[in-house]
Formats: sequence, structure tokens, C-alpha cells
Amino acid sequence: MDLSSYLLVGAVLFVAGIVCMATKRNGIGVLMGVELVLNGANINFVAFANYTRLGLDGQVISLFVIVLAAAEAAVALAIALSYYNNHLTIDVDQANQLKG
Amino acid sequence: MTGHQLLFWIFAAVTCGGAIAVVLTQNVVRMAFWLIVSLGASSGLFFLLNADFVGTAQLLVYVGGTLVLMVFGVMLTASGPFSKMQTRPGELFLAGVVAFLLLGLLGSTVCSVDWERVVAATNDGHPVVDRQALNHGYNLPQEGNTGHPLGMAFLGIRPDRDLGVGSKTFSNGYLLPFEIVSVHLLVVLIAAAYLARAKRRVASDD
Repeated sequence: MDLSSYLLVGAVLFVAGIVCMATKRNGIGVLMGVELVLNGANINFVAFANYTRLGLDGQVISLFVIVLAAAEAAVALAIALSYYNNHLTIDVDQANQLKG
Repeated sequence: MTGHQLLFWIFAAVTCGGAIAVVLTQNVVRMAFWLIVSLGASSGLFFLLNADFVGTAQLLVYVGGTLVLMVFGVMLTASGPFSKMQTRPGELFLAGVVAFLLLGLLGSTVCSVDWERVVAATNDGHPVVDRQALNHGYNLPQEGNTGHPLGMAFLGIRPDRDLGVGSKTFSNGYLLPFEIVSVHLLVVLIAAAYLARAKRRVASDD
């Protein structure tokens, strides 16, 4: 397999994550979209690590991405729980307290 | 069709299909299930790309940790009986149009680049994998043993680049980013435990 096949898989994951972030009204669904985007970026990093001289550096960066995604999921779920405790819903359309 | 190609098509189809199913499903628990399918199949793609440690970490951290956390989040934030969080059909249509446009843009960009030439130009005459630079005890990436070199790189030593026969370079590793990201993970987990602590539920005022 060549590099562009893996890049196309990463592109599909990226687009699916973007659409998931944009259309889901459930806050946890938005988080899942973020995970999909990060995973698409990871596939690109590892593909470039295998097919170019990037080598081990691409795998190291993808490990950093995995760890940061875990941290982001933990703190975002804590925020979602706190939001749910205050509003009794997880609908992101109801989150207009800051009048942004 | 070789076995590698067959495995690639299976894993790529499951990864993309799972991701699209995450978008199309409205039930949050089923979204979490399809996300598990998609991320697990993408760890298979990592194994195909000779990144066995990254694939293992994907299975352990993502599928075993992050998604279990998300399922707990889904369970703890059950939606009320009167609130249906469905996406309106017009929004879904608009999102589909935007998705096809974006996918067409990315796909045409990927396909229009001659990657063979770009890789050859950036390799600058070197082979893709510098086999001579790998010492004994550090297997070839084709043999699927990246755990040892990755651990050394996280400690700041790069035996895959330096220490080879006739090597005159000194590459630095990832000791400082590794420490920063580990302290960051600790701080974030403490903050998450503080934010999600059990406290009295206040009355909803709207």
C-alpha cells in the first residue's frame, strides 16, 4: 500500500469528526467528534513515519497526541458532568449562559 | 492482492465505516460503540504501518481508557424524558453537503500530490529506513519492535539515529516534552477529579 491510501483514510476520519462536532447536540457527541479528528491526525503521523524519513519522530508525536486526547477527554467529561449538574441536560444549545 | 493489501482494505473499511456510523447514529451509546469499532480498526492500521507500540497504546489508552470514560459520561448524563436531542433534517443536509465538499478538497489534494517524488526529495538520497544505523538489540522496524527505541527516545537518547557505524550526528530525544506531558496529565486528572466531585445539585433556574 502506498502513502496516499492511508492519507485518504485519515481524511475520511477528519471529515467525519468535523461533521460530528458540528451537528451533534449532545455534548458527549461533540467530544467523540474531537476524538475522531485526533485519530485521523494520528493515522497521518504514523503513515508519514513509515513512508518517509520522519521515522520514529512521527510515532513519538502520535503517542503525545494519544496522551493529550486522554487528558482532554477527562477534563471535558468533568466539565460536561458539572454542566449537567447545573442544567439537568447535556444539550449544547442550552449552554448560552455567557451570551456569546 | 497480497495479505497486506487485504488487511489494509479490511481495516480501512471498518475504520471509515465506524466513523461514518458515529456521525449518522443519533443514540449516544451506539455512537460510543461505533467509536470503539473505528478506533480499534485504526489500531490495526497502526500495526500495518510497523508501529506496534503506537497500536498497542491506541488499544490500551483509547479503547480501554478514554472510551470507558466516555461511556461513564454518557451514563451519568442521561437526558431527561422530555428533551430529545435530535439534529434537524435541514442541518443534516447542510452538514452532508459541507462534508462532501471538504472530503473532495482533502481527497483531491492527497491524490494530486506525487508522493513518490516528494518522499524521494525529502529523503535527500538516504534510504527510507536507515538499516545500518540500527544496532544489535534494536530490531528493524519491519520486524515490528519499536518499543525499545521509543522508550530510549522518550528518555532523550536516539540509538536509531546516533551510535551507528560511522555516525557523526547527535540527535536529541523527547525527555523534556515527555516530562511536560506527564505532569500535564497529572494536573489535568486532579483538575477533572475536582471539577466532577460530588456536590449538591442546585435547582435549575431555567
